[in-house]
Amino acid sequence: MVLVVVLLGALYALPNLFGQDPSMEISATRDAVVDQTTQSRIEQALQQLGISAKGMEMQQKKLLVRFNSSEDQLKAMDHIAAALGEDYTPALTLAPDLPDWLIGLGAEPMYLGLDLRGGIHVLIDVDMESAITQAAERYSSDIRTLLREEKLRYVRISREGEQVVVKFNTAEKRDQAIELIGNEFRNLNVQDVDQEEAFLVEVSLSPAEKQEVQRFALQQNITTLRNRVNALGISEPSIQQQGVRRIVVQLPGAQDPGKVKEILGATATLEYRLADTEHSVEDAVNGRVPPGASLYYERDGRPVLLKKRVIVTGNQIVDASSGLDQQTGSPAVFVSLDGVGAKRMRRMTNENVGRPMAVVFIENRTTTRMVDGKPVKVKRKVEEVISIATIREPFGRRFQTTGLDTTEEARDLALLLRAGALAAPIEIVEERTIGPSLGQDSIDQGFASVMIGLAMVMVFMAVYYRVFGLVADMALVMNLVLIVAILSMLQATLTLPGIAGIVLTVGMAVDANVLIFQRIREEIANGNSPQASIQAGYEKAFSTIIDANITTLIAAVVLFSFGTGPIKGFAVTLAIGILTSMFTAIIGTRAVINWIYGRKRVQSLAI
Amino acid sequence: MQILNKGTYLDLMGKRQLAIYFSIFLLLISLAAIFIRGLNLGIDFTGGTLVEVKYPQAIELAVVREALEKDGFTESVVQHFGTSQEVLVRLAPQEGVESSELSDRAFHAMQSITPEAELRRVEFVGPQVGEELTEDGGLAMLYALIGILIYVGLRFEYRFAVGSVIALVHDVLITVGFFALFQVEFDLPVLAAVLAVIGYSLNDTIVVFDRIRENFRKMRKGETVEIINTSVNQTLSRTLITSGTTLLVLIALFLFGGEIIHGFALALIVGVVIGTYSSIYVASSSVISMGVSRADLMPVKKDDEVVDETP
Repeated sequence: MVLVVVLLGALYALPNLFGQDPSMEISATRDAVVDQTTQSRIEQALQQLGISAKGMEMQQKKLLVRFNSSEDQLKAMDHIAAALGEDYTPALTLAPDLPDWLIGLGAEPMYLGLDLRGGIHVLIDVDMESAITQAAERYSSDIRTLLREEKLRYVRISREGEQVVVKFNTAEKRDQAIELIGNEFRNLNVQDVDQEEAFLVEVSLSPAEKQEVQRFALQQNITTLRNRVNALGISEPSIQQQGVRRIVVQLPGAQDPGKVKEILGATATLEYRLADTEHSVEDAVNGRVPPGASLYYERDGRPVLLKKRVIVTGNQIVDASSGLDQQTGSPAVFVSLDGVGAKRMRRMTNENVGRPMAVVFIENRTTTRMVDGKPVKVKRKVEEVISIATIREPFGRRFQTTGLDTTEEARDLALLLRAGALAAPIEIVEERTIGPSLGQDSIDQGFASVMIGLAMVMVFMAVYYRVFGLVADMALVMNLVLIVAILSMLQATLTLPGIAGIVLTVGMAVDANVLIFQRIREEIANGNSPQASIQAGYEKAFSTIIDANITTLIAAVVLFSFGTGPIKGFAVTLAIGILTSMFTAIIGTRAVINWIYGRKRVQSLAI
Repeated sequence: MQILNKGTYLDLMGKRQLAIYFSIFLLLISLAAIFIRGLNLGIDFTGGTLVEVKYPQAIELAVVREALEKDGFTESVVQHFGTSQEVLVRLAPQEGVESSELSDRAFHAMQSITPEAELRRVEFVGPQVGEELTEDGGLAMLYALIGILIYVGLRFEYRFAVGSVIALVHDVLITVGFFALFQVEFDLPVLAAVLAVIGYSLNDTIVVFDRIRENFRKMRKGETVEIINTSVNQTLSRTLITSGTTLLVLIALFLFGGEIIHGFALALIVGVVIGTYSSIYVASSSVISMGVSRADLMPVKKDDEVVDETP
């Protein structure tokens, strides 16, 4: 049994000895597929560069290209991206270089945490209060429509905080409204509040509805963030919910935290509006904005007057890509609308040929700023007119928008429009970025401390307990192999504190053997025969070992449930180490010692 | 080879009065350090921004400071980290700047010295998150203690459980006190190490308790103190050997594990030393003070003719 476990352990620990190839993972975005043609296009692109790939493999919907060096990999990155165009996303990654028979067994190397492989970790807080007020805003417009349709006259509808307040001038109308709203929206709480001379209805979201709104906001944001991250070209991204309002995004290998944060947090979208040419812009600048219009500014600061009615919003954009305008050569975003949006756009452009239409670039940001030493949440809305152009002919589903400053901006905007909008504003509340060189250093240093610690303990044990010490040393090595094997099999994340946990285990794993060996020595001192002493030593030490280890295990479990990323890694290796060490130190050493001393009559033990 | 001669019998418990004074002395210093000097909490708990940059050659801190000041980072703390090529900067929150953007701007400022500067690490923790971590950390400590109290209470007897928890609180306070006294940065990995110390120290204590229980049942004669003293003596070499091997690997980790893991290794080293001492003295002394007697540990179903005569 011991032999089988050890062999299995060695087998599954084996992948960690193989190197990793710098590679590139190519996946298709949107409707494109990765197939043989993609492969030959990449081969051509590489040929032009004079780089030969080490190998190419088709995986599920992805193509893995291996390179001989990371210089080749980096050189090829831009070239391949350009050659494949926007339908494909190449992502840099490291692929283990395993022989086929190991892959067939499902053996994989350990999964390294971000602190070891380098990358970006961001914790995102979803602004749930905004999600609720946005929902209240939507309901207030629904209620307005409802009351209009039912021809029930109201004085005023407004959203106050998380509530919608409707004002009536008679009690009768108010009661009618309560019934109407209550029937139409069952998930709202409707309440009458009387003030002097005014009959008010207060509408608020029921607790269940609030929860639903928040759940939806979180899910929608996760989806949007996933789309955005995928478009960034990072392999193995992880986007997970944490608690009720947080999202953890982990991007192994990502290098540019500024860019990542910008894309993750951005809320950029577009709106299309007609320009108001009937009124004077100067008057508006001086404070007399005509009804039905709003004042905007272009990027160069010029004021423009636009109609309040929006033709199409960013939500109706189903696809977007970036490119260059064929006539002027300036950066452009090509936009496709959904059915409703396309219909509206066709009608509006049809009716307004010859008139100017404006594209408004809108960005919302929630951030925490320090004001008088205290963090304060600030919301900022940027609205800029990026282009105004005369409608030359009616258009519908597909069209282009220019006016962006750089191709990069066009690319980012297209990415954001394609990925969809965030359902509620988000804020980055934690960031941890680890450069790849630091990760590698940590691996090297961690490995060195494990080896040095191991060597010292082994020497000590061999000197102190002689033959038995050597047996304990074997158990210790076996224990390490098993820890690595189990970590590889579970694909549990190995972090720097995780390595520290392994180091600690090396020191503590011999404890069980020390307990047993001390007992055996005591038994011999009491005048018992060697065989009986071994027997008694193992038996008596057993319950002590179990008790002592269970308490450490309790600490590990608490650590795991409390900890974040790296700390969890520590708890995991500690717990695995405790379990494997009990196996190797009790069962493993017993087997070896029986094999050495078991078959013959022994006069004395080398202990 | 042996550390202690076979016949070694130290009157450890006889000196327990001295040990109690020593422990009280350590505890008072620790508490004073914690409350007067306070912990030098890392950004994991306080919130804040930290940027580590590696330059191709050794760099003067003044140069980095100047570059940062030019970009408006006047209140940042700049220091070498590990080698003179690496620089660690702690950024103070700035009025009117988004805290999550601070790090990017600081790195650009530091890169302006030479474009070959390499970003090694960024840690930004928002104030909300820091607060939550502090709270969760305290709770985790509490849960660990309660879990252990229950387990030891079930396996032994409540006085042993209380004794082991006294020892644990003792170890945790002194380890944390050490960090407060020398103003070593207390961050998340250090907290994890303190939790691991709880597990480790208990491990030691349990082994001693196990022996005490066994000896109470085996040795028909002898005062409580004498039995406990014998038990501690019998487990003494084991306690010292295990602590020794653990310290060996921890020192390896401290010396070779890199700068990031320093505090973590240090906390464990202090914890293991204190834990070893406390499992010998604090846990057993507490049990004696609470007046454990043989009757408390005898298996219940006894039809033994020996009546307990110790008071």
